[in-house]
Amino acid sequence: MTEPVLSIRNLTVEIPTRRGLFKPVQNVSYDIHPGEIRGVVGESGAGKSMTGNAVIGLLDDPARVASGEIWLKGRRIDNLSTEEKRAIRGSEIGMIFQDPLTSLNPLFTIGEQLVETIQLHLKVSAAEAKERALALLDRVSIPDPKTRFDQYPHQFSGGMRQRVVIALALCSEPSVIVADEPTTALDVSIQAQVLDLIKELASETQVGVILVTHDMGVIADTTEQVTVMYSGEVVENGPTDKVLSAPEHEYTKSLISAVPRPQVKLHRFPQVSYGGRETTFKIQDLARNWHKPEPSKSGKLVEVKGITKTFLEKSALLPSRRTYFTAVDNVSFDIKDGEVFGLVGESGSGKSTVARMIGTLLPVDAGQIQFDGDDVTAMSAADMANYRKQIQMIFQDPFSSLNPRMKVESIVAEPLIHHKLLPPDQISGRVHELLDRVGLTRAAAAKYPHEFSGGQRQRISIARALATQPRFLICDEPTSALDVSIQAQILNILKDLQEHLGLTMLFISHDLPVVRQMCDRVGVMKQGQLIEVQDTEALFANPEQDYTAQLLDLMPRLAQLSG
Amino acid sequence: MLPFILKRVFQSILVLVITGAIAFSMFTFVGDPIDNMLGQERTMEDVERLRAQLGLDKPVPVQYFRFLNQAAQGNFGVSYRQGREVSEIIMERAPATLELAALSAVFAVLMGIALGVFTAIRRDGFTANFIMSVSLIGVSLPTFLIGILLIYLFSVQLGWLPSFGRGEVVQIGGWTTGFLTESGLKALILPAITLGLYQMTLIMRLVRSEMLEVLRQDYIRFARARGLSNRVINFRHALKNTMVPVITVIGLQLGAIIAFAIITETVFQWPGLGLLFINAIQFVDIPVMAAYLMMISVMFVVINLLVDILYAFIDPRLRVSAK
Repeated sequence: MTEPVLSIRNLTVEIPTRRGLFKPVQNVSYDIHPGEIRGVVGESGAGKSMTGNAVIGLLDDPARVASGEIWLKGRRIDNLSTEEKRAIRGSEIGMIFQDPLTSLNPLFTIGEQLVETIQLHLKVSAAEAKERALALLDRVSIPDPKTRFDQYPHQFSGGMRQRVVIALALCSEPSVIVADEPTTALDVSIQAQVLDLIKELASETQVGVILVTHDMGVIADTTEQVTVMYSGEVVENGPTDKVLSAPEHEYTKSLISAVPRPQVKLHRFPQVSYGGRETTFKIQDLARNWHKPEPSKSGKLVEVKGITKTFLEKSALLPSRRTYFTAVDNVSFDIKDGEVFGLVGESGSGKSTVARMIGTLLPVDAGQIQFDGDDVTAMSAADMANYRKQIQMIFQDPFSSLNPRMKVESIVAEPLIHHKLLPPDQISGRVHELLDRVGLTRAAAAKYPHEFSGGQRQRISIARALATQPRFLICDEPTSALDVSIQAQILNILKDLQEHLGLTMLFISHDLPVVRQMCDRVGVMKQGQLIEVQDTEALFANPEQDYTAQLLDLMPRLAQLSG
Repeated sequence: MLPFILKRVFQSILVLVITGAIAFSMFTFVGDPIDNMLGQERTMEDVERLRAQLGLDKPVPVQYFRFLNQAAQGNFGVSYRQGREVSEIIMERAPATLELAALSAVFAVLMGIALGVFTAIRRDGFTANFIMSVSLIGVSLPTFLIGILLIYLFSVQLGWLPSFGRGEVVQIGGWTTGFLTESGLKALILPAITLGLYQMTLIMRLVRSEMLEVLRQDYIRFARARGLSNRVINFRHALKNTMVPVITVIGLQLGAIIAFAIITETVFQWPGLGLLFINAIQFVDIPVMAAYLMMISVMFVVINLLVDILYAFIDPRLRVSAK
């Protein structure tokens, strides 16, 4: 066994708050050997990123290392001066952030940012630095580095930008790279490429990698060693295959069981039961005074017929010089009563645009949308109001989809007031009932959205969507921003809605295992076109299109978890 | 890029045509120019002759077109009060105002950005907080009061600087400048500070809040993770991003400095355009008022056009299309 390149020994980080010292990282220890990729996994708030930040000396004020040691190649680095720590950053320890769209300065070219970093650490001439920058771009497989060198970040796609970020982290051959959720913001196919690149670089340059992630699939595919963190502490440490196949700690066990399986369909999502955080919700109780809708005339609640949407891509004075981008191209499908219809595809494939057109947030350029036999695209204002009452949406980001200046009570009451569904004196009672059913307390009504966690906010969104007793629910990536344990909660609520209230749903996601658990039928979108629609089981067993097969292939298998 | 500029130029012309209409309507609605120009003892022939000579017998659209045409050539007719060409009077007064405005703009922009960056970087420092508190005075005190206070302190009590006028000026071609004599320079200081103080505090507060926002961005964190020094991060990466939104406001404020020099010029009896305009209002000297209105709107429009172009120059996202 080689000497570890980085050792973390009993690291504790503390943040002084008004209510005393808060310790987001407690007594954490792990090693990274040259060429090794160590996964650090856990839910948000578990202290994974905070540990990474402590290693690179970038803890945000007022967080500070309270005790413990960090050793880099036999030298203790946690007690260095600010200036000495800065000298190590970028030269000895590189860092990769989650969102490649925001980690590059938009006003400087890729080349300028690379050369700047290389010259800072290696003290070479501008020409040599440029040569090295080009070699690095080539190394991270950016095609045509000479042209790309002079381009700005906005001219690169998400995956390409993350490659640039990796090139920047590699500028002076660091011995350790801290990669904080490096692929969370990327599509499945791009994620696979970026992870492959990280693996290649680790074995080739013998750089040690700390890979912080909440995604068990990434851990299984990429890492050799894994550290599981819960609430600031390390609960389990060991070789990845061993930890995943035979977890010792209760938390690890329940975390692994909560990962949606792509192979088998289960009735409900297993929740992370550890720590007593299971939330109860009583959707079935809602059914009592839920006004069950008449079944639709044709058995098909929503019929989408050849809808198309184009966006102006480049404006120009002359109409002939303008270019358009077809986001949705002649898409047709229908959704039966009480069915959950899934829509999958990579980002930019037009899934969300379809959802917005059905939700009448975007006008349809061509084609027709029928709801229970009525043409939505040509409705009178009164019919439109009635239609909007029957459809509701749940959005991806629970942080920006609730108005921060409104109390939860007003947020949930708004649809009731807008559609004049209840006399004013009954609204408050109804709101409390809705909040109770999604597992929130009465006290929640008087609070503001920022006082809730992501999962709680998403439940507020669901309560808001249920206020009008809709027939049709559009869920646009409802769990992509959530941890795996919270995801299970939300998905179980949605399943109950369908079972007990007979809601029809359009469920959009890029997460195929989730889609398999949730949906009755699935449509696959690629570059604005719907290329395949099949029953879920049939699609996962025998995809008709090569593209679908490719998508299924890329989904993390968690082979070790199949038992 | 070219369509963007053409669109802006078109919009600018539209703005000028509309302000032109307002300026033109002053001639028709604020009194009768014939009454103003001819005395009590006039004959009908005189009136008719002057009416024809001024083109007032033509239909209104024709008159308006004629006005625009003349205005575009810098010809606004004859001042009712002074009996001289308006363009000549303006040319005589413009250097005083432009020099004053230029100096206060430089003062406001340089001090504003420097103090804004300082207060953003030393967010919790004593000096930064002190500057922030004092800056409230700059925002809240009216210009004339600041001017009077400065005069009281530096002219009356200390006697260091003159309290009114431009001092000695040097004539270069058609331009008179106060930059070349000691008394001219001394005379500039107080009015320039008075005029620029509000803009300076505004720019400073804006730069501070924008910079704090930028310093929270991921690319600044990533720049730190790359090991860049604080100096490079603050002054290269953060400042440039800060300037993108700040430039728009600076552009608008520069226009305001010229347009609102009126109060400062009145306080300091500065022989510039503002004072000319105030006098013109007192004597209902409509050609001068119309010319001043047109001149200010041209300045605003040109400055904003330049700002838009500069914007694209700084931000590549507006200049280079994606892909």
